[in-house]
Amino acid sequence: MATDMAHNIQTQDGEKPVFYLKEDHHPEGSTNLGFWLYLMSDCLIFAVLFATHGVLGRNYAAGPSPADLFDLPLVAINTAMLLFSSITYGFAMLQMERNAKAETLFWLAVTGLFGAAFLGLELYEFAHLINEGAGPTRSAFLSSFFTLVGTHGLHVTFGIIWLITLMVQVSKHGLIPENRRRLMCLSMFWHFLDVIWIGVFSFVYLMGVLV
Amino acid sequence: MSSHPQAPAHEDAAKTHHAHSHGHEAGHGSLKGYMIGFGLSVILTAIPFILVMAGVFDSNLLTAFLVMALAVVQIIVHMVYFLHMSPRSEGGWTMMALIFTLVIVGITLAGSLWVMHHLNANMMPMSPEMMKNMP
Repeated sequence: MATDMAHNIQTQDGEKPVFYLKEDHHPEGSTNLGFWLYLMSDCLIFAVLFATHGVLGRNYAAGPSPADLFDLPLVAINTAMLLFSSITYGFAMLQMERNAKAETLFWLAVTGLFGAAFLGLELYEFAHLINEGAGPTRSAFLSSFFTLVGTHGLHVTFGIIWLITLMVQVSKHGLIPENRRRLMCLSMFWHFLDVIWIGVFSFVYLMGVLV
Repeated sequence: MSSHPQAPAHEDAAKTHHAHSHGHEAGHGSLKGYMIGFGLSVILTAIPFILVMAGVFDSNLLTAFLVMALAVVQIIVHMVYFLHMSPRSEGGWTMMALIFTLVIVGITLAGSLWVMHHLNANMMPMSPEMMKNMP
């Protein structure tokens, strides 16, 4: 019946009426663009924290300086963990393209482990600093350091929670379009965090020790 | 049917994916792309760490400049090989958003450092005694 009516209207108006969208209302592309815009706004948060650290990073209040505190080999291992997790997430995406559920889950798990290793090392570093009396309340430099690096660590924490959620989703429902979309978003989020970390190890750690 | 509950879903998924993959394809990358990006990242990470930890150059200014330059290059490598940025993805809108963000980030960073440096420079000089008596 409904199709008949549509037919009638079409013949009366002379042009085809459109009652529904032929394409998906939210094609994958719009999600990607929207998520990219979220990442850019997140980038602004980090820009502000970087600027704060740039301004306060030399105000030691007669306390310890970066050269006294930072353990560069530890930071290098940390950086490697995050870089490995980036490439293993890339492998997971490639397996997703091939529709290989088990392999996707395997690489996601590896990514999660590298992410957890990164977080563990960072928490160890934080605990070590606080034990040495170089906590966030010691000086403006340490306040801005803990805020910037801590915010990044918090992002990684939520990334890992998201990753575990998606692993459960994929193992339960398979690589359905919804899960592919979610995996794509998390992929962008994860690589974005690695990009931010490049700024952190260069600007905060290496430059801090240097000058 | 019931013996292969996954099969139709997989087919659907593949079909939908293909339907979407024309036009606005951001490029999902290939193994080769990821490996090139990873290789470049390892090199671009290792160089600044070696420069600082081994103290290759006497001039701190030169080292600092190189560290920041390498960071910028590595960020671009990540954007291209891991985030699959290209001027064509999403009809150029992601690139527009990125450029806009970079402008804002540049203003934020340069502006903050500039303003705060001048504030510092224009502060009344303080003697250690004055500093000690500060509230």
